Amino acid sequence: MNDLDCREFVEQVTAFLEHALDPEAEQRLVDHLALCDGCERYLDQVRRSVTDLRDLPADALPDETRAALLEAFRARTE
Amino acid sequence: MEELPPDDVLVARLRDGDDKTFALVLDRWSGGLLRLARSFVSTEASAAEVVQETWVAVIEGLDRFEGRSSLKTWVYRILTNTAKRRGLREHRVVPMSSVDDSGPTVDPSRFRPAGDPFPGHWWDFPPLWPTPEQGMLRHEVQAQLRTALGELPERQRLVITLRDVEGYGSEEVCALLDITAANQRVLLHRARAFVRGKLEEYYTQEANR
Repeated sequence: MNDLDCREFVEQVTAFLEHALDPEAEQRLVDHLALCDGCERYLDQVRRSVTDLRDLPADALPDETRAALLEAFRARTE
Repeated sequence: MEELPPDDVLVARLRDGDDKTFALVLDRWSGGLLRLARSFVSTEASAAEVVQETWVAVIEGLDRFEGRSSLKTWVYRILTNTAKRRGLREHRVVPMSSVDDSGPTVDPSRFRPAGDPFPGHWWDFPPLWPTPEQGMLRHEVQAQLRTALGELPERQRLVITLRDVEGYGSEEVCALLDITAANQRVLLHRARAFVRGKLEEYYTQEANR
């Protein structure tokens, strides 16, 4: 293990994913990942959470609201 | 999903009163607008009203749109302004600097203490999650995610909703919420760690049933 520990690793996961770390700090994380299955799993789970959030289906507007807005749009040009 | 035409085409058609184009953007963007509104106000009904008010303002303001941001960003800004006004009335808006965003995002008891031969390392690795094929119902996971988002402090919920649910880039989110890149990252980090923790809780519970 290098000098970066898991407790520090988990706090830098977002900066790592955003490519916001300086090259040296990034290298420390990469090196830690190569040695630590726990942190590799943690990082994967953060990634998977992000993907799952992206797949959340959106709600739709209530039908009557949608109809009223279309009506308002048509009225605009009249 | 079918690509929307580029902004200049969209705007020209909308100004011409093309209601098919209006219906297209209305249906495409209202879901995201509803989620964003929900971050500011206290009920679904209130959020739907904010979205309605936003679209009315868009219809009325179309001729004033100058194209300095994308059309969608312009609509989102109108929404955040409308929602903030309403959230204030509902006494729900937390000033952007008042929530404590410091401290570890993972329970310190998960790591070995000082004096251990491996201080700061996991006692136990985070438990494995089932792969999506292992029968965990998609909509159950989605319900967990919605609940987790609802439990987040407001600023964190706003940032993770825009970034991860809506897929906005960090620069757009900083501009939209008027926060620094570093601040945005801290809020996103805390929010993601919270959501991951909630999913871990859920998967662990399910595994032990």
